Amino acid sequence: MIKAILIFNNHGKPRLIRFYQYFAEDMQQQIIRETFHLVSKRDDNVCNFLEGGSLIGGSDYKLIYRHYATLYFVFCVDSSESELGILDLIQVFVETLDKCFENVCELDLIFHMDKVHYILQEVVMGGMVLETNMNEIVAQVELQNRMEKSEGGLSAAPARAVSAVKNMNLPEMPRNINIGDINIKVPSLSPF
Amino acid sequence: MALKIVKGSIDRMFDKNLQDLVRGIRNHKEEEAKYISTCIDEIKQELKQDNIAVKANAVCKLTYLQMLGYDVSWAAFNIVEVMSSSKFTYKRIGYLAASQCFHESTDVIMLTTNQIRKDLSSPNQYDTGVALTGLSCFVTPDLARDLANDIMTLMSHTKPYIRKKAVLIMYKVFLKYPESLRPAFPRLKEKLEDPDPGVQSAAVNVICELARRNPKNYLSLAPLFFKLMTSSTNNWVLIKIIKLFGALTPLEPRLGKKLIEPLTNLIHSTSAMSLLYECVNTVIAVLISLSSGMPNHSASIQLCVQKLRILIEDSDQNLKYLGLLAMSKILKTHPKSVQSHKDLILQCLDDKDESIRLRALDLLYGMVSKKNLMEIVKKLMLHVDKAEGTTYRDELLTKIIDICSQSNYQYITNFEWYISILVELTRLEGTRHGHLIASQMLDVAIRVKAIRGFAVAQMATLLDNAHLLTGNVQRKGICEVLYAAAWICGEFSEHLENPMQTLEAMLRPKVATLPGHIQAVYVQNAAKLFATVLKSGEGSADSTAAQEMMIERLPLFVQSANLEVQERASCILQLVKYIQKLQQKDVEIAEEVIALFAGELNPVAPKAQKKVPVPEGLDLDAWINEPPSESESEDEQPKAIFSKEEPKHSRPRHTEVDEKELAKRREARKQEQANNPFYIKASPSSQKVYQEAPGVEHIPVVQIDLTVPLKVPGLPMSDQYVKLEEERRQKDRADKKKKEKKKRKEKRSGRGKKHDSGPESEEDITPAHMVDIVTEEMPENALPSDDDDKDPNDPHKALDIDLDNLVQKAAIRPLADSEKLPVRSHRAAEVLKSPAEDGDAERSVSQEPKKKSSKEKKEKKKDKDRDRKKSKEEKKKKKHKHEDKGEDLLGGQEDEPVVQSEETSEVAAPPSSTTAEVSDLDFWLSNAPVPSNTQGAATVAAAAAADPVPEAASGAAPDSEPEEPKDTEAEETKSSKHKKKKQKKEKEEKEKKKKKKHHHHHRHSDAGGEESVQNGTVEEEEPLPPMSNYCLLAENSYIKMMLEDADQVNDIQGNLQDGSQVVVSVIFENKCESFLKSMEFNVLDSLNSKLQRPEGSGAHDGLTVPFQLPPGVSNEARFVFTMQSIVMPQKLKGTLTFIVKNEDSSTHEKLDFKLHFTCTSYLITTPCYSDAFAKLLESGDLKCSSVKLEGISMPFHHLLARICFHHHFSVVERIDSCASMYSRSIQGHHVCLLVKTSDQTVSIDAKCDEPTLLGNVLDEIKQTFSQC
Repeated sequence: MIKAILIFNNHGKPRLIRFYQYFAEDMQQQIIRETFHLVSKRDDNVCNFLEGGSLIGGSDYKLIYRHYATLYFVFCVDSSESELGILDLIQVFVETLDKCFENVCELDLIFHMDKVHYILQEVVMGGMVLETNMNEIVAQVELQNRMEKSEGGLSAAPARAVSAVKNMNLPEMPRNINIGDINIKVPSLSPF
Repeated sequence: MALKIVKGSIDRMFDKNLQDLVRGIRNHKEEEAKYISTCIDEIKQELKQDNIAVKANAVCKLTYLQMLGYDVSWAAFNIVEVMSSSKFTYKRIGYLAASQCFHESTDVIMLTTNQIRKDLSSPNQYDTGVALTGLSCFVTPDLARDLANDIMTLMSHTKPYIRKKAVLIMYKVFLKYPESLRPAFPRLKEKLEDPDPGVQSAAVNVICELARRNPKNYLSLAPLFFKLMTSSTNNWVLIKIIKLFGALTPLEPRLGKKLIEPLTNLIHSTSAMSLLYECVNTVIAVLISLSSGMPNHSASIQLCVQKLRILIEDSDQNLKYLGLLAMSKILKTHPKSVQSHKDLILQCLDDKDESIRLRALDLLYGMVSKKNLMEIVKKLMLHVDKAEGTTYRDELLTKIIDICSQSNYQYITNFEWYISILVELTRLEGTRHGHLIASQMLDVAIRVKAIRGFAVAQMATLLDNAHLLTGNVQRKGICEVLYAAAWICGEFSEHLENPMQTLEAMLRPKVATLPGHIQAVYVQNAAKLFATVLKSGEGSADSTAAQEMMIERLPLFVQSANLEVQERASCILQLVKYIQKLQQKDVEIAEEVIALFAGELNPVAPKAQKKVPVPEGLDLDAWINEPPSESESEDEQPKAIFSKEEPKHSRPRHTEVDEKELAKRREARKQEQANNPFYIKASPSSQKVYQEAPGVEHIPVVQIDLTVPLKVPGLPMSDQYVKLEEERRQKDRADKKKKEKKKRKEKRSGRGKKHDSGPESEEDITPAHMVDIVTEEMPENALPSDDDDKDPNDPHKALDIDLDNLVQKAAIRPLADSEKLPVRSHRAAEVLKSPAEDGDAERSVSQEPKKKSSKEKKEKKKDKDRDRKKSKEEKKKKKHKHEDKGEDLLGGQEDEPVVQSEETSEVAAPPSSTTAEVSDLDFWLSNAPVPSNTQGAATVAAAAAADPVPEAASGAAPDSEPEEPKDTEAEETKSSKHKKKKQKKEKEEKEKKKKKKHHHHHRHSDAGGEESVQNGTVEEEEPLPPMSNYCLLAENSYIKMMLEDADQVNDIQGNLQDGSQVVVSVIFENKCESFLKSMEFNVLDSLNSKLQRPEGSGAHDGLTVPFQLPPGVSNEARFVFTMQSIVMPQKLKGTLTFIVKNEDSSTHEKLDFKLHFTCTSYLITTPCYSDAFAKLLESGDLKCSSVKLEGISMPFHHLLARICFHHHFSVVERIDSCASMYSRSIQGHHVCLLVKTSDQTVSIDAKCDEPTLLGNVLDEIKQTFSQC
């Protein structure tokens, strides 16, 4: 089981949090802080597993994370998950994001948290791995987006126009903070 | 009004959406909280509007704010509103918000049940998907109960997308509503073979999660998973399954044996590291479970260790980490194979990655031995000095202590060395583990008596240099050590060389800066020291000096803010003053003072208190005194200023009691104390056990020269011990060699060479001390159980449900009423009649298909086929099993004496489906080694009898295809064999016709009517009565034969293709004291039916029963009969001949029996769906017949269950007191029943394409019910 999925940036700002077990909001924030504290002080060339200890769920749980440019993707899992499998899963998830957002960068996650959630929902459900095939995930996400668009129809047009206008005068929104090297060598990657 | 709406929609354009909110927050970095609070106000306004789009937008923003840590539960109702929007866009927003912030105590969840149900059944798969995803996050017990059935239905949805989500969510449903597990399990199991890999993977996922917590319930699925493992190519699925096997093997070592080969193959072949790693892990688990069983698994261990070494040497830190992790698992059972890689592990200690260092440390823990402990600890001590960061250093410290203290200091040969290590550890900067070191010091000093002198000296040094420990604020944790030091010096003060100096050190003014509890120990132990000084020379200069020092320094502690210190100090001060006073009067007082602290302190096991059983009659929850009543409150005393001065109400006030009464009470109390384990009795407790190290008497205790000054605390000393130890060992070895040489000279035996060249073995190392480790005390009659570590709140406990009897689909143990999933119903009537609704498992299944499209039906058919195949396999397995048993017996007791038999009857043992399933598993597990064990003729005979079908046809060597995964192949061969056999049968038939003998007997009738007892009386009970398929065939004083209903579902289905075979299982039970052997089973064939015999044997030859029976043993054999026509019941007469052998004689005996094949026994339980059933009835080629049964008082569902069970029908549909049922004969005749009941009258209308068969079946049904 996956207990929680956290995405935060190099400064510990949460970009997406998904707990599969209930924690009150302040507890959630504390978990994020502590996880960030644990993860951020690790070099990039050390292993990607951390024993979570007292953080969530006790000794059976591990933190498995990957660091891409400005973002940390942290999965908190128990011993029924394969460590290398989860690392692959993170990679699949990030590559899926990359496909869905076309060169994903931190800003995509910042402004489209809801969409990231929808993508995640196609990968993991209720703490269990739902789908690991990227093409299948992307296909499902796109079908749903298409449906959303068709529902929007005319009535949503003005709102979209306004939001486009709002986005126009946005010089401070740089598109170049790419998540970067998502094709980090994954030793265990096999055709899943 | 209209204007307002227009205005609203224009406003909406300029409402903030999520992006605006995010942007706003980013632009207000300085005053984020303030900005957000205005945003929340806006959101609250938006939520008040009627427009759902506005609301959805607001909820979307709330989801974002929730991520930032804002509690948004106040908007829960609005979230529900958005969830119920008809538009997917908004629905999705609503469900997302709900999944992020709803939880079990969110009360609006109750409102969502119907909405979710609606979404689940939505025609749009994405509505359903979104609802499932959301539900998976916030499912509550109520939701789980109400929606379980809907989700169950979705598990067979046409879209794999929905199926896989429905399968996954079932796990959450099970967790919240454990009752749903049993009814849902068969379908879940079905999904393991879903055509869509995603669904399959989901089902594997769920079952693995379930099995991880309660593995034993899922053992029976092992064959299925094994098949998946050998066939699947999806690495995710493989990993899950392999992990699952890792959890199962500890329960079933035979499974492990079976697994090793395919797993090793995978290890060799796979390129995916993740899979390789999990394989290695599971092989390790297997090896652990097998650790005693298999002799030749060292190759597997070597393979694992090699692969892990490759992982550890890899440059990828992740692999290195995992390699170490897996290595530590091997270590537990096969330490030797890991120890050879010590170099590698020690190397990992230098790794830059802390996780890896910690893993390596874990490994070291298991790798130490007496030989290398000092060396390893020395290495670790070096690391302690180098380590940066307190966490890692602390970890090192605890590991060093763990390593040394493990299993009662097993590996420590020199405790002086250990004490110096502990002392060195106190010099660590800023460690948190002072108390750990302290408790080690105390433990060693108390339990190892020989070391006390040394320990006291070291502690005295520590106390003398206390400033080094306390000087730095950072070192707070370490001053705990002083607690231990002070106590040890005080308690064992007789070992002190210079007690005065230590006393001085303990009474320094600086001590007052220590934490209170340490000061208290200081004060108390100063008193002990004082007593020692006093004793050593009363009236000497020392003792007066000590006295003065005490009187001078103690007042400092009397003023302490800590109560404990204050109290002790003032007591002791007064004591010393009093002593002084007495001494001035020249009274000898030393003895009395020392008596204050006399007595030995023994260590108590940490769990001792827990283990004390509560004495009988003691109720710990009962009030000792009556609880104070309300009215008493008025005489409450004014509150004391110091809480400890509060008067104790609870102490009962003794009014005057006369002497007699007092004496009586005293007596009673003594009695009680005598029986009270808590009361410390005057006599020394008998349980003090001093563990002697084995054979230590013979070991010369080497005196260690301690010329090196130990008093300089800055100098590490433990190294010296390492050297000393080396020298000592060398000396030892030299001594030994000498001795050995002598011995060799004496004995002239040349095999001692090994000792010269080989490395010294564990035994060679002798401890330097008489190690006298005192065991910890436990209370008398302590309970030995060690179950204190279980978490009572584990939600998985509730899921510990036996699923085995569900696995077989037959109606053997149907789901009870209470286990059915609640189905939503509109009409109250349905609810009312529900009690009558249980009774058959088939129904819930057969009802659902109605809703399904025709496409589904096709799938169903496939399923059916699959079922059939499965049962075929099962049958095969069973046969193999008999083979096994036969062999065992043959192999084991061939030369035993033998006996014989005749005829009687009895009630059969009820075979539960569970045992059937388990024995299938047994078979599956045990078949692997079979071929290798088979021996010559015995096997042939066994195989021939047990599996006569292929044997008769091909006449070939015993069929030995133990691997059932190749079922298709097997089936093909089988069917071809069947064809051959048919031809042969016809030949036989012709021969038969020449014979004129026809024996018809009724198998029930002469069984003494006992069968009817079995069937009749028991079944009156309200819950479905146990029904047995076994009935007595014949019995005499030697042997009992029990007949299993001629065609159990499995048996017949295997023969469907042939259409004319019935398998009979007979249990032979030896009832006498003698050995039965050479059993031959023979039946006089009739025109219509005959026993299948191996090729080459005559028509009258009996079949050899493939086993022998030692006294009291029973075994089962199967015989195949060929039927020409199945429309009429058949009776066959048979004889069993056997030899009864006992020590002095052996006699031939025989037992006659009659086999009765009812028409029912030609029927096979075949599920049928109502639409197919309707078509069948409409087709018009069925003949009609009916029967009426009067005076049936049993509940309708019992009646149905009974027809299902005894006559192999399945329920197609049931409405109130009316049900349609279906069955099929082995030759493909359809039999349809319509059963109606009213007022104890049951009418059965039946249709069948074979009227004779129908008539006979109806007669048999009638007979069944006439018996009750």
